[in-house]
Amino acid sequence: MVALAEAVNVGTAPGAAVDIVDIDHGFALHGDYLPVLEDVSFRVEPGEFVALLGPSGCGKSTLLRLIAGLDTPRAGRLIVDGADVTGPDPSRVVVFQDPTLYPWRTVWRNASLGLETRGLLKQQRERVDAALALVGLEKFAKAYPHQLSGGMAQRASLARALVNDPSLLILDEPLGKLDSLTRLAMQGEITRLWQRRGFTVLMVTHDVEEALLLANRVIVFSDRPARVRADLAVDLPYPRHRDHPELLRLRREALSLLGMAADW
Amino acid sequence: MTAIAEAAPGRAGALLAGDDERPHSLGLLVVAGFLWLGLGVVILAWPDAQELERTSLLGSLALGFGMLQLLAWAGGWFSRPVARLGRFAPWLVVLALVMTAWEVATAKLDLLPLPFFPSPQAFLEVYTDDWRRLGDSLLHSVLLLARGFAIGAAVGFVIGVALGWSKRVGYWIHPVMRLVGPLPATAWLPLAFFIFPSSGSASTFLIALATAFPLIVLTWSGVAGVQTAYYDVARTLGANSRFLILKVAIPAALPHVFVGLFMGLGSSFAVLVVAEMLGVKSGLGWYLQWAQGWAAYANMYGALLVMALMCSALITVLFRVRDRLLSWQKGLVQW
Ligand SMILES: Nc1ncnc2c1ncn2[C@@H]1O[C@H](COP(=O)(O)OP(=O)(O)O)[C@@H](O)[C@H]1O
Ligand SMILES: [Mg+2]
Repeated sequence: MVALAEAVNVGTAPGAAVDIVDIDHGFALHGDYLPVLEDVSFRVEPGEFVALLGPSGCGKSTLLRLIAGLDTPRAGRLIVDGADVTGPDPSRVVVFQDPTLYPWRTVWRNASLGLETRGLLKQQRERVDAALALVGLEKFAKAYPHQLSGGMAQRASLARALVNDPSLLILDEPLGKLDSLTRLAMQGEITRLWQRRGFTVLMVTHDVEEALLLANRVIVFSDRPARVRADLAVDLPYPRHRDHPELLRLRREALSLLGMAADW
Repeated sequence: MTAIAEAAPGRAGALLAGDDERPHSLGLLVVAGFLWLGLGVVILAWPDAQELERTSLLGSLALGFGMLQLLAWAGGWFSRPVARLGRFAPWLVVLALVMTAWEVATAKLDLLPLPFFPSPQAFLEVYTDDWRRLGDSLLHSVLLLARGFAIGAAVGFVIGVALGWSKRVGYWIHPVMRLVGPLPATAWLPLAFFIFPSSGSASTFLIALATAFPLIVLTWSGVAGVQTAYYDVARTLGANSRFLILKVAIPAALPHVFVGLFMGLGSSFAVLVVAEMLGVKSGLGWYLQWAQGWAAYANMYGALLVMALMCSALITVLFRVRDRLLSWQKGLVQW
């Protein structure tokens, strides 16, 4: 994994600034209206790593889908680098909790998806190779998804995102289904990638410790409908240690904001 | 794929299995060879009780076939690929026994009533004397089937994708399909022969219809069942609807499409035979009908065998195409 640092540079896009302004959103559910996001506002500076924490089902994934442009909010504005979000764009890629690789494509052809949709694949094939090398999957370029382990599949989906040289990387519990060792390894990789490439990261996680180990800022949401309850700055150098006193203090604070007893 | 296959620790096991195969079934090949030689001798040396023309040819064929098996047995000791022929040995033994019983019961002892139970010689005579008409019938059947199946598959696939993709298309086509689809295509037969200018075009239409319905239903359910996450991934990566249909929906639905093609091919066989029996003046179905008119049962059996081989070959081709296109799936059923 250390080899990542020496891997081919794919080109560097500066991080995007994200403005989330008074977002309201919800769904029709059995003829009723289910409010999911209420008055959500915050700003993410270019190059920041922001973690989103909140109770399960509060609306974190919903918010990420809005920022990705997959859905349109009922009210409020989403502005990325000064322009309103009107639809999905390869500069803002999402890595979902499930790798959702296409089983009929090899790892290489999965990773090349974003170049293929934009007709860039012919000229920029080496970017796919570079991205696969970046996540340590160059040997598995010809493998099919069913031949990968869970961690490898999630790496492949990370490569698929990185090929597009995103300015905003949106991660929705990307490590949620991995075993704890793979998780640790990939936490390190994500931090290194972020430090090297300078993109902005928005990451949902249900793991308070993970949020505090990786992010500059941790935004804590209330139960549904989600509102911003707290915006915690994590001013600690990397690599971080999970038993650093400041980190432990923030952990207690975040847990109590999430309604957990402080003696956890 | 290859890298992983090579890394798999299975080499030693494969070798053992190969060694195992050689003595067992290869020895049985000798038994089969002598049984076929014996059959040849029975055919040639025992005078026929029935009046038959191809006795010496059939006897020579049996002798030659027996010799070939003995040669294969001998060659098997030197060549691994030839040794693999040994796995057919049990079948060859049983076939030799069945053929001998059949030959003795018909040609030699005349125990079974003619014309329902022709001898192997009479069976062979169908191919030696009537191959031209049989071949012509086969060609016509294959051409008619190919035309109808191709049209039905193309139309069915497009309609299925459209149904799965677009609500507006579904609004119009779904009710029509629900009403008309389950009707067996053969029910249209009298009407089709009346409406279409020729019985050939009518049959093409019916075969296309029989192919299209199962394909529409399965393609439709395949496309409609594609996980929305697949679309989300492609959309965040900048895909337009064309890409979503061609590169996401269709490949994801392909396993269903092939099930539909199998079902369509099966029902197209049924329609083909019925159409040829009732209206078209050529093809294997027509040959069957014609043979029955002359009480030529040997010809009927001969045509049935050709038809079975044709259907089986076409299914095999479809399976091969599927294996190529769906090689990414694990656990494919082998045909
Ligand atoms: N497409 C949808 N239709 C109806 N309800 C939805 C939809 N997507 C999410 N929801 C509801 O919105 C709420 C928030 O979901 P989500 O954003 O996925 O939560 P989480 O914070 O766990 O990611 C849940 O109660 C969920 O049932
Ligand atoms: Mg979620």
